[in-house]
Amino acid sequence: MFDLILTQSLNGLASASSLFLVASGLSIIFGVTRIVNFAHGSLYMLGAYLAVTLVNALGPASGLGFWGGVLLAALLVGLVGLVIEVTVLRRIYQAPELFQLLATFGIVLMIQDIALASWGAEDRLGPRAPGFKSFVILFGNRFPTYELLLIAIGPVVLALLWLLFQKTRWGVLVRAATQDREMVGALGVNQRLLFTSVFAFGAGLAGLGGALQLPREAVTLHMDLAMISEAFVVVVVGGLGSVGGAYLAAVLIGILHAFGILIFPKITLVLVFLVMAVVLVIKPYGLLGRRPVGQTRGPTAEPLLTPADRATKLAGLVALLLLVIAPLVTPDYLLLTLTELVIFALFAASLHFMMGPGGMASFGHAAYFGLGAYGAALAVKWLGAPMEPALVFAPFLAGIAGLVFGWFCVRLSGVYLAMLTLAFAQIAWATAFQWVDLTGGDNGILGVWPSGWAVSKTAFYYLALMACGVAVLALRFAIFSPLGYALRAARDNPLRAEAIGIDVMRVQWVAFTVAAFAAGIAGALFAFFKGSVFPTYMAIPRSVDALLMVLLGGVQTVSGPIVGAFAYAGLSEQLTKLTMYWRFALGLAIVLLVVLFPRGLVGGFLALRERRLATEGA
Amino acid sequence: MSAVPANAAAEPVLVVRDLAKSFGGVHAVQGVSFSVEAGQMLALIGPNGAGKTTCFNMLGGQLQPDRGAVLLSGKPITGLKPRVVWRLGVGRTFQITATFTSMTVRENVQMALISHERGLWNPFAPARARHVAEADALLAQVGMSEQADRACGVLAYGDLKRVELAVALANRPKLLLMDEPTAGMAPRERIELMALAARIAVERNIAVLFTEHDMDVVFAHADRVIVLDRGRLIAEGTAEEVRQDANVRAVYLGSGAASGGH
Repeated sequence: MFDLILTQSLNGLASASSLFLVASGLSIIFGVTRIVNFAHGSLYMLGAYLAVTLVNALGPASGLGFWGGVLLAALLVGLVGLVIEVTVLRRIYQAPELFQLLATFGIVLMIQDIALASWGAEDRLGPRAPGFKSFVILFGNRFPTYELLLIAIGPVVLALLWLLFQKTRWGVLVRAATQDREMVGALGVNQRLLFTSVFAFGAGLAGLGGALQLPREAVTLHMDLAMISEAFVVVVVGGLGSVGGAYLAAVLIGILHAFGILIFPKITLVLVFLVMAVVLVIKPYGLLGRRPVGQTRGPTAEPLLTPADRATKLAGLVALLLLVIAPLVTPDYLLLTLTELVIFALFAASLHFMMGPGGMASFGHAAYFGLGAYGAALAVKWLGAPMEPALVFAPFLAGIAGLVFGWFCVRLSGVYLAMLTLAFAQIAWATAFQWVDLTGGDNGILGVWPSGWAVSKTAFYYLALMACGVAVLALRFAIFSPLGYALRAARDNPLRAEAIGIDVMRVQWVAFTVAAFAAGIAGALFAFFKGSVFPTYMAIPRSVDALLMVLLGGVQTVSGPIVGAFAYAGLSEQLTKLTMYWRFALGLAIVLLVVLFPRGLVGGFLALRERRLATEGA
Repeated sequence: MSAVPANAAAEPVLVVRDLAKSFGGVHAVQGVSFSVEAGQMLALIGPNGAGKTTCFNMLGGQLQPDRGAVLLSGKPITGLKPRVVWRLGVGRTFQITATFTSMTVRENVQMALISHERGLWNPFAPARARHVAEADALLAQVGMSEQADRACGVLAYGDLKRVELAVALANRPKLLLMDEPTAGMAPRERIELMALAARIAVERNIAVLFTEHDMDVVFAHADRVIVLDRGRLIAEGTAEEVRQDANVRAVYLGSGAASGGH
């Protein structure tokens, strides 16, 4: 028993090292630039792929070839980081946090296709490290020496980072900027250089983490998202900006994995994210993190929200009429697209409700969409329910999940809230993926078909249009109701809101639940529309879809999410048809949009109109 | 106390007893006691770091006191949450103005009125249509009628202070807490705003507790003054009494300085 505990602990420590390298880079970058780099997992993947190529080119048998290749790969990734910082991030430091996250997600998509084009879809196996190919016998178990090396690398890198931050001027600046960025700027430090070098350095650490994984596991195109969600957990548990915290959390998560596999093999993922949720609720800024000083952007002046004027109402009515008569004039395949668009419009509007007026950006809204879909599918599969009761039941499953998850989430704000929502979505995803007996796991649930009267494409389209139309209008109405005002009050100035009798957390909690419920309606319709459900309905990309729709339309407009849903879904569908490398194109489009229209499409249009009015008035 | 108000038999609106708060090793407020009566303006003054805002935040519920009691009309409100304190009849303005920037001036006041009338959870009836007349009356009182439809995010600082005052009055408070109500305002604006507050206090019979750095404002409008230094009350009395107090002159006004702002 004792030897088992010991080997599993060693396994945990070994896997903690790469996780630590990636997470510490992410943490340092966040500390200084306040950017949560979604692309950090991609840099890790890039490091691994580059190392495969370089080590093979330099001669995998010699120590120089192997370690030279690994280090060169890390350097190259650092260079890639430098290019990313200079071309993209530098332009959006002043943009809202979410836009920054989104831009880095655009980079994730681009790197995915670059890797696909350069190294192909097949997994690549790296060579083993020369000199570290054998085993040692520890307590009767064979233990690879390379694992021991990795265990040592973690603390060594931690010590080196510590020296770097304590003993060099650059390190002191990084620490100072992490504590109070504005102060460092005010002292006349060249921020550009600091930010660029920090990003390149963090990227290099991620690349090194990826390159060091070569002898341990195959290099795949799925490394990026798998790593980034774990790195998020590590960074958040350890405390954003704290390198020591990152190491502590990496070890904790590594060991949790190692023992989780022994004890609860089916819910290891859930276990990891549960730990994160618990830590965040007890210590909202992580184990070693501190409440950031002077970095809260403060009560940013959000624009006035006014009810639609005549012209806007008319435009909305015309759009609705067009949607109503669409089946008479459009071919069948287009009607399918339209049905999907209508469902996504509700999905986007539900996210907008908590994100715009509520100020709570969710990175895991797909959880509620997916729970709605699974709610419907489970009702059909296990209860033999027909479509109508299943459609009614499903949103309640999503709503109840929103009630439970929301209780935790409203206790946090900003990036921390976004990451916690992501964690809950990963729990939902992992449950659907791993609880095979109930959900069918990866194979999903098939045969979720509508009732007889709604089988035809036209009938189902009208069903979706009606349900989504009513739900979207209800959400819109709620935004202008006292509840919606209280929600905005809580976002604008929680201190003032509490001082006039508004229970900020409770208002946000209700909004969270309402948003989850509405997403559940969309998900349930989607299940019957597709006739099946899969865990991917709850995966990160689906959550990002929703975010993109809302941001594309503009967060601070009520009609924005609907316009955004149509624009985004239309765009991505065209892209998938046009090119094999649609991810790259989509990623590029996202990056360009964020850089060019930081207020979203409708927001940009409104800004244009304001400017024109201003010049006319002058 | 020579100047006894007409309703001397009534108990004070606010009674503070032995209030204390430490942050780590810093004793921000150490055993402060005072009271305010209806219709009275009490100024809480003291040098920077004396514990004025800490004191305020304990009265408004933003901070939990370590010990001591706060009584509102005889009922303990010690350590209650800000929203509960507000429901019991305490309005407050903040040192750094706190308004809802995505709403118009009128909507800011409407929001407070909706909350006061317990209409927050109503998902029906557009919020803009609620309590319009009442909101406009309050805005007229603070002289903000003309700007009722402007966004709070674009207002001048002095105007924001007026909006805050209107918001603070929306729940018909018994007690009004004003933390540096005139900070950041031009001298003329200061006099105007405090004259307004004093008038409202008398008209509505509200007890007002305010902190202030500008001694002209304090001596012109306070019925009584209490002086805080390093967390302790060192003097209490009329403006004139405090002005003559040797302790106050030593620690607060500095050697030889009589009055005048900072």
